[in-house]
Amino acid sequence: MDFDLSKAQKLLQQSARDFFARECKPERVRELMASETAFDDKLWRDMADQGFTGLTIPEEYGGLGLSLVDLIAVTEEMGRSCLPGPFISTLWAAILIERAGNEGQRKQYLEPIAAGDLKATVALLEESGEWNPAAVMLAAIKDGKEYRLRGTKHYVSDAAIADVIIVVARENTDLVLLPVERGAAGIKITETPAIDATRKLYTVEFDNVAIPESNALALTTKTKEAVEAATDVATVALCAEMLGGMVWTLDTTVEYAKTRQQFGKPIGIYQAVQHQCADMFNFTESARSAIYYAAWAVAENDPSAKLAVSVAKSFCSDAAREVGNRGVQVHGGIGFTWEHNIQLYYKRAKSSEILFGDANYHREKIAEKVVDELEG
Amino acid sequence: MDLNLTPEEQRFRDELRAWLAANVPQPFAGGTNEEEKGEYFNFLRAWQRKVFDAGWAGISWPKEYGGRGAALIEQAILTEEWARAEAPPLINALGLSLIGPTIIAVGTPEQKSRFLPKILSCEEIWCQGFSEPNSGSDVASLATKATIDGDHFVVNGQKIWTSLAHVADWVLLLVRTDPNVPKHKGITALLVDMHSPGVTVRPLKQMNGDASFNEVFFDNVRVPMANVLGEINKGWSTAITTLMNERAHLGTGTYVAFKRNYDQLIAHTRQMKRNGRPVSKDPVIRQKLAQAFMELEIFRLTNTRALSKMQNQHVPGPENSILKIQWSEYNQRFQQIAMETLGPVAQLQGFDGGKWVYDFLRTRANTIEAGTSEIQRNIVAERVLGLPKSY
Ligand SMILES: Cc1cc2nc3c(=O)[nH]c(=O)nc-3n(C[C@H](O)[C@H](O)[C@H](O)COP(=O)(O)OP(=O)(O)OC[C@H]3O[C@@H](n4cnc5c(N)ncnc54)[C@H](O)[C@@H]3O)c2cc1C
Repeated sequence: MDFDLSKAQKLLQQSARDFFARECKPERVRELMASETAFDDKLWRDMADQGFTGLTIPEEYGGLGLSLVDLIAVTEEMGRSCLPGPFISTLWAAILIERAGNEGQRKQYLEPIAAGDLKATVALLEESGEWNPAAVMLAAIKDGKEYRLRGTKHYVSDAAIADVIIVVARENTDLVLLPVERGAAGIKITETPAIDATRKLYTVEFDNVAIPESNALALTTKTKEAVEAATDVATVALCAEMLGGMVWTLDTTVEYAKTRQQFGKPIGIYQAVQHQCADMFNFTESARSAIYYAAWAVAENDPSAKLAVSVAKSFCSDAAREVGNRGVQVHGGIGFTWEHNIQLYYKRAKSSEILFGDANYHREKIAEKVVDELEG
Repeated sequence: MDLNLTPEEQRFRDELRAWLAANVPQPFAGGTNEEEKGEYFNFLRAWQRKVFDAGWAGISWPKEYGGRGAALIEQAILTEEWARAEAPPLINALGLSLIGPTIIAVGTPEQKSRFLPKILSCEEIWCQGFSEPNSGSDVASLATKATIDGDHFVVNGQKIWTSLAHVADWVLLLVRTDPNVPKHKGITALLVDMHSPGVTVRPLKQMNGDASFNEVFFDNVRVPMANVLGEINKGWSTAITTLMNERAHLGTGTYVAFKRNYDQLIAHTRQMKRNGRPVSKDPVIRQKLAQAFMELEIFRLTNTRALSKMQNQHVPGPENSILKIQWSEYNQRFQQIAMETLGPVAQLQGFDGGKWVYDFLRTRANTIEAGTSEIQRNIVAERVLGLPKSY
């Protein structure tokens, strides 16, 4: 057993760190935040050249065929740079296509995703904001050889930049997965400005959008399970991104505590400040333990995988926000300014807290496993 | 990263699992009065002996001293299997997790072969005599003094909060052997026989009614020079080795106990009703129980990660320094949740033999013993994060 990144994984991580430090400086993040879609085509293509867009996509579809553990080594670095844009959204959709699509669909979507030519997202949430796929109500009505989509999806990340949106819809008692082109007739995408402008959220309305039946992802497993499984992988990748944000916040705060002087001494000499930093370190390293384990468990299909994902996400959701809280506190007034970069990370932490279910949601999932299952 | 067990690790686990399945005793009914606690102590002592005879005590210790020379990661596997099998913990905790590893690190060959096997077999119980009435967090300010008389040290002074001193056979004692140099430089570590003439133990009663720590008085106690652990006047580095081990290893044993408590609590929530439904179905309680599970799981994982890193890099990683904070604060939160979950009945001495009252109160000590949470955070801030020293 070896509970640490391997040499190769550390190398991969280092090259990602260097890449994002070079290509995604805070000034760039701010520019993109202020842009309409927070997307930078050149950056995306450079990421594709590095293999990042196809890290876990199988080699037969042009990816690198690496594992989830390799992936989290890279997404941690994306988080450290507060990378804007549709990486997590595209990843989520790609895994869903890989799990639920047929051979033709995999070729159709995964190859261009790996090459950086296609961005995607998943439209799951509705007005209720529930992450449980069972709560999906949006209707897919069968009409001859077509599905007709009617209704509204909410909180869809990166919809305006996604070339294809995988819509989770309801056909009577079943769920179906329908890939919809962003420009399809009857689709309306409206930005809903939210706390984190680096990963923009949209409302997507479907007014009788027609999708050929043959386009529906041909499932090998049940839809609900496929959505849950893809979401688990994306959740772990997101947690690692959150970890990167925590690491940045901790490092920046410790650096500040060493240099900022008050009462004639660096503020880091005061225990009230030291203890905030020690707690930030504790949150960060605890998150790392939970994420590493979850990544391994999901990659290996370990029986503990679902529980491990919920342990990681429930912890990270609270920890990332809390690390941000303390980081802002130690920075004092400057920490509350627009000018200081800590706000970028703080807002990202808050949006990531919610994405794929917050701590309360995942604690309930834990309870279903450790409190209820014993009841048999 | 590869969390799969190697074939060897797998074999180790299977063998251990089989042994545990065949040998774990019935849970000890026990209670909390003195007599019952005495019985429980004997029960645990016998259990450790059995564990030692089967070769499972101190598995990472060298073979020649009764261990198995096993890899650290096997220690993590052992912990998990122990918890899974609901096996009782090992009673000679200070010997196993603090003092034994210190003897292994700095002891002479004679000390190793004399003391180590008897720690493992529980033939000799150990205690740790560091704290004094005026030297708590600032251990290096200690005043108990030892002067040389021929081939002996003669010890005079007082220790306090010495856990298990009332049953211990030996103590790892810190004494001042040179009062004329800066405080860290005049300390020596001694291995002292608790049955020596001049040693007096006076139990101190704790808020949970227990008396598991003590005052210990040394009145002209003679200690052979051969019992110096490390070098004379270099006892501070010996003490640091012990304290590092205390932080790194105490966690392993505590996980087993915590997991048992957690499972017991869950079992109760399924039986008990409130507002016409099982307590386990109460949405607020479920959130808290899930949070506790998650924290305990993270403690287990961080502990395993720390062991794995130590195995690979042969030095404790920074994860080690947060384990003490994690387990001590987790246990306090857990006991609070347990009291809340169980409701009014939890406060009664007649419920589960007063276990929950006892444990709830006992956890107050968790953030004090083995170095307070404040001191642990100072250590993280200064040694791990490199912030300037505050004192
Ligand atoms: C149940 C129990 C078992 C124990 N068993 C043993 C044992 O077997 N052997 C042994 O040698 N000792 C033992 N101890 C002693 C334990 O190690 C000390 O109690 C502990 O180190 C704190 O010392 P103190 O009690 O003197 O408190 P103090 O050091 O007086 O501390 C009081 C308060 O001040 C804070 N404080 C002190 N200095 C600082 C600082 N520099 N920065 C910030 N805050 C500070 C502390 O965190 C604490 O909150 C045990 C204690 C308990 C409660």
